[in-house]
Amino acid sequence: MGLILGYTLRNLAVRKLTTTLTVSGLSLVVFVFAAVMMLAHGLEKTLVATGSADNAIVVRAAASTETVSLLSREQGAIVKTQPEILLGGDGAPVAAGEIVVLINIDKRKNGEPANVVIRGTVPAAFPLRPNVKLTSGRMFTPGTSEVIAGSAVAANFRGCGLGEHVTFAGREWNVVGTFDAGGAGFDSELWGDVEQVQQSFRRPILSSMTVKLRDPAEFQKFKERLESDPRLTIDVKRELDYYADQSRATATFIRVIGTVISIIFAFGAMVGAMITMYATVANRTVEIGTLRAIGFSRRAVMLVFLIESLWLSLIGAGIGLVAASLMSLVRISTTNWDTLSELAFGFAVSPQIILGSLIFAVAMGLCGGFLPAVRAARANIVESLRAA
Amino acid sequence: MHVLRLIYKNALRHKLRTALTVLGIAIAIMAFGLLRAVIGAWYAGVAQAAPDRLICRSRISITFDLPVAQKPKIERIPGVAAVTSGSWFGGIYKDPKNFFAQIALESVESFRFYPEFIVDSAALAAFASERNAVIVGEATMKRFGWKIGDVIRLQGMIYPGDWDFVIRGIYTGRNPSTDVSQFLLNWNCIDQRMQQEWPARAGRVGWWVIKISDPSRAAAISAAVDREFDNSPDETLTETEAAFQQSYVAMAGTIVFSLKVISFLVIGIILLVAANTMAMTARERIAEYAVLKTLGFRSGHLLGLIAGESLLMSVLGAALGIVILFPVVGGVGAALQAWFPAFLVDPQTYPMAAVIALLVGGLAAAFPAWRAISVSIVNGLRRIG
Repeated sequence: MGLILGYTLRNLAVRKLTTTLTVSGLSLVVFVFAAVMMLAHGLEKTLVATGSADNAIVVRAAASTETVSLLSREQGAIVKTQPEILLGGDGAPVAAGEIVVLINIDKRKNGEPANVVIRGTVPAAFPLRPNVKLTSGRMFTPGTSEVIAGSAVAANFRGCGLGEHVTFAGREWNVVGTFDAGGAGFDSELWGDVEQVQQSFRRPILSSMTVKLRDPAEFQKFKERLESDPRLTIDVKRELDYYADQSRATATFIRVIGTVISIIFAFGAMVGAMITMYATVANRTVEIGTLRAIGFSRRAVMLVFLIESLWLSLIGAGIGLVAASLMSLVRISTTNWDTLSELAFGFAVSPQIILGSLIFAVAMGLCGGFLPAVRAARANIVESLRAA
Repeated sequence: MHVLRLIYKNALRHKLRTALTVLGIAIAIMAFGLLRAVIGAWYAGVAQAAPDRLICRSRISITFDLPVAQKPKIERIPGVAAVTSGSWFGGIYKDPKNFFAQIALESVESFRFYPEFIVDSAALAAFASERNAVIVGEATMKRFGWKIGDVIRLQGMIYPGDWDFVIRGIYTGRNPSTDVSQFLLNWNCIDQRMQQEWPARAGRVGWWVIKISDPSRAAAISAAVDREFDNSPDETLTETEAAFQQSYVAMAGTIVFSLKVISFLVIGIILLVAANTMAMTARERIAEYAVLKTLGFRSGHLLGLIAGESLLMSVLGAALGIVILFPVVGGVGAALQAWFPAFLVDPQTYPMAAVIALLVGGLAAAFPAWRAISVSIVNGLRRIG
């Protein structure tokens, strides 16, 4: 086996230009495939990281996002008094009734407006979401026009940096602090005092109620009691599920487009590999005849050419994956169509993506190399030797 | 003339290889055309926008609604010919993945604002007289197999509860790129229920559609509308329909940008396939080129031979790619109907494919031609295989 592997590798080294061109084609395909999958995965990862396992979120029945959900303050109060909710150090339940609205703010880069989430919240938001940390400045003072900005909003939107002012809902708001949620969706939000946000948008309602459960196992009981309460028309979801749902449409869209493009690209690259392998077989007619004459079986000859084509695809996959993994340094910001709001996220690698890319590459190599290998294996010994 | 014959004969020497190269180029050109169609579909709304329509929405963001009391004030502004409203209904049909746009029109009069929607008069009469009548685009009718008279139940996300609508008509598009996927309902149907169940939300619409008599005054009229509501509780942002649609494209700017990048990466693949074939061909024929040189062929002839063969393959490939593009765009368009109502071959694809074919054909020939020209006769003849 070592002999076969070495032999095939040396064969590739002989025709450097052709090998390089074919490998480049294959690696380009693997790069596009892996990069697109990483983008879809990055989006999901960002939203899944936004939820916590022991949190539950309450929204109006059938509301898929907080922005279309409405709860009255009375409904919020009922939710807040459920016994399954964890009590904080001060004896109050760890729960936040919040209002979420979309506002237009201009981007720093080109001045174009995009939808940003402003979340009217309460100080309990921090114990509720331990991954969110204040990184500069201070917390907003309740009862004032102060807001704190998520790291992506602070960096990408005009007037949202520390010490700057941003105008919306007919008021000027001072950014007194910035926070970081470690790449989660909250990084793309502005947070202010719930009462102030309700007043300035003249919406005296809540969008959602997020609570921390004292025991995640009690979720089912919590959900059943609340959803059957006749005073409430609400859905209770695990926060993880709620945020995972918000990536569905956009991530599916990226995946479908990416897969279709990759498959078409793959046909192009496969044709390239096929051309190379046919030429290799044609150039080595005498060699094949010799191998067969000294006793190598048809299967061994076929194996050699298949392995050679696999080498091409594996080297291509390696280069493509390395290039794609460099993309994980890039963070992009685009609209999430499930929520209509701007969301910053990055390219994220997962073992499934690496495995998928390898399988994809091997399939390209096998398909591209199969027919030429069959031709090599079928060669007639006498005629092949005569070709010299 | 002889050179052309030689090019033709040369191309047929390795029939399989030439065929594969042409196929490879064709697939890549087809992929390029498909990506252009996806990008074009994104801009379909912008391309379809009428110059004499303005869209006026809440300055805060599109998710905020506006009071009906604004309508007479807008109508009084000079240059405004007519005003109607639209509202996003946002209901779920059985499952969230069955998405289609549902828009509440102010009244049957609203259809006059959209001459690109073709509706028969019986449907319009039913829409005017029955509160829960809807007119649905032919694409959505086909997608769910609906018939006229069917009752469609939607679960409201923005307007809570279950809503039953009766399909009273189908609309078709005047142009192939008209969006024929919308589900058009009557705003009065929503408003009456809101008055009973949720008075605070009654009398509010999603946005105003303003028809203006002189499109060249769009900017001035927009500014006048916004000035009218400055410092009121419902400040507005008015822009042309094209600018309004463009803001949706801008929201997905990063994705559109990546698609553009990928569409140019595919040209890289074409180049690699073509260059690979030409490199192989030239390597095999080095001895032959030396013979041609001894016979008196000049560098220009050799260049013509190699570049000609390369161009022949790339142009054939591009032509084949365009031919297979049509069924592929048709098939993908049908699959992506929910996302892209207008999914068509972008006419710009043809000149672009032609340029790509010439560029790839030329570039793929460059290195092999240089090798063939620079190799000395003696070295060329000495080489075997």
